[in-house]
Amino acid sequence: MMYFGEGVVKGMMVTLKAFVASYFKGPEDGGLFTVEYPEQRLPEKENFRNFPFLIYDNTPDNLRCVACDICAKECPPKCIYIVREFDKDNKPLKRPAVFNIDHTVCMNCGICEEACPFDAIYMDHNFEIASAERNENLLFRKDKLLKSNEYFHKIRPTDATAIDERRAAAEAKKKAAEAAAAQKAAAAQAAPKPAAPGTTTPPAAEPPKTV
Amino acid sequence: MNKTFEAKDVNLAGINSSLLEVNIGPQHPSTHGVFRMNAVLDGEVIVSLKPVMGYLHRNHEQIAENMSYAASMPYTDRLDYFNSMSNNLGYALSVEKLAGLEVPERAEYIRVIMAELTRLINHIAVIGFLLNDLGAFFTPVLYAFREREKILDIFEEISGSRMMCNYLRFGGVKRDLSPAILERIRGVVTAFPRFLDEFETLLTKNEILCMRCQNVGVLSPELAINASITGPLLRASGVNYDIRKVDGYSVYPRFQFKVPLGPKGDVYDRYYVRILEMRESLKILDQALNTIPAGEIMSKKMIPFLKSPRNFKPPVGEAYARVESPKGELGFYVVSDGTPQPWRYHVRAPSFINLTILEDMCLGQKVADAIIILGSVDIVLGEVDR
Repeated sequence: MMYFGEGVVKGMMVTLKAFVASYFKGPEDGGLFTVEYPEQRLPEKENFRNFPFLIYDNTPDNLRCVACDICAKECPPKCIYIVREFDKDNKPLKRPAVFNIDHTVCMNCGICEEACPFDAIYMDHNFEIASAERNENLLFRKDKLLKSNEYFHKIRPTDATAIDERRAAAEAKKKAAEAAAAQKAAAAQAAPKPAAPGTTTPPAAEPPKTV
Repeated sequence: MNKTFEAKDVNLAGINSSLLEVNIGPQHPSTHGVFRMNAVLDGEVIVSLKPVMGYLHRNHEQIAENMSYAASMPYTDRLDYFNSMSNNLGYALSVEKLAGLEVPERAEYIRVIMAELTRLINHIAVIGFLLNDLGAFFTPVLYAFREREKILDIFEEISGSRMMCNYLRFGGVKRDLSPAILERIRGVVTAFPRFLDEFETLLTKNEILCMRCQNVGVLSPELAINASITGPLLRASGVNYDIRKVDGYSVYPRFQFKVPLGPKGDVYDRYYVRILEMRESLKILDQALNTIPAGEIMSKKMIPFLKSPRNFKPPVGEAYARVESPKGELGFYVVSDGTPQPWRYHVRAPSFINLTILEDMCLGQKVADAIIILGSVDIVLGEVDR
């Protein structure tokens, strides 16, 4: 049988315990667990995603994006705007002239990085993008979006290594295929010319007559 | 002490009084978002109360009809932003039903683990906010958020985002759980009962809480069934209806758990049913973590569509799938006409339908009681207005 007020007193003991623990215990045993953000930071989680960026290899001219427009089409809120680059003769080049992402529209879902067939666009860790001006500072243009592969390795080592390995394997396969093709062509050229004049060649089989 | 006053009990003879119309909200901390209660008061007693919603309407259904099936998945996160994983699950189930997809066993287990972790998050937060409405300002909420944070950290690690997870895919899940993550989930699950005990010591037998909550906002089982109320609100009224048991979707039939029921259907029962449901969720989590099989996490049929969601075209037909979300029956109705976009997409939002009963629960109660009744209904305006 409880007397009246016992529940309140017992509840107060819980808060008292938490109060005392906040002075003497670590965050794991019921002590203070808050992190005072600008000065202290939580460790970044590798899979954390916030706002996409474009990857380039080695130099900023060497970006992976080929302006295929797939991410812009898959993007649910349609925040990506891409214009393909053309050369002097009006021939389309495999890179974007304009690549804009509107941060006020982007919802950080990460579908662009899943859809990209060229491993060109990935989600960033940078979340401190607040700005007092929304038209210029929150519209990310190509130069602002470009980040190096080293940066990608820094923020998401596991994914970056796997992707690099996959790309290297694909490259090696492509080279091997090219080498094989070149070898075949060379072999075809080296083969003796058939059908010297005078020799009889078997007549081509007659095509079956259709009724 | 526990007698509730009816409007007719108030003796107005000889007093020149009139009814007072008060708008509680839309910008009011106790309405949990932009929600307005248009209350007519007789003194302090509520004579009429009309819920007014629509301030957060975002045209979710129409937007979903104009984009590919997979592109709506991040939008479902934003329905009930406390429980993005449950929302993902409901939508994934409905599209899988439409397209006739099989989900690998490991993915089903991961989905159940995520759905139950979400239930823990939701119930613990809602109890905290209910106490906020009662006037226990922020102590229970912060105790609740301390535990919620541990689960959100896990969500961030596996899905990339704390609240807008976007983790489930049609036919599976986005990323596999590593053994280290499973170990962390197990750590949370083993530590949680201790926290729940502490939380209950703080609240369950607290006299102030009992006096404020018992016999307030009683919802009779008949009325609850007639108004198609679902979730903890219905079970607190003593109706044994849990879609995890009734439908047995995903792999829920394999787990042993009980459905806690409340005896009376007042605010206190709703509080206590949620505590008990968390304990049952912990049982499910424990069993799921112990029996999770190894294997694939994506259906082979769906792997090509991960790279190109626009090419995913379910056959012509319609499907309705529902899950027991922490707030009640969350259903997704999808009609396909064979194109990459759904022809019709509808969300049966539990907190929207649970809100319709608000006036019946509040009539004859005081204004302060209407606040905690609203708190015990457990609404999230992202889902009510969608």
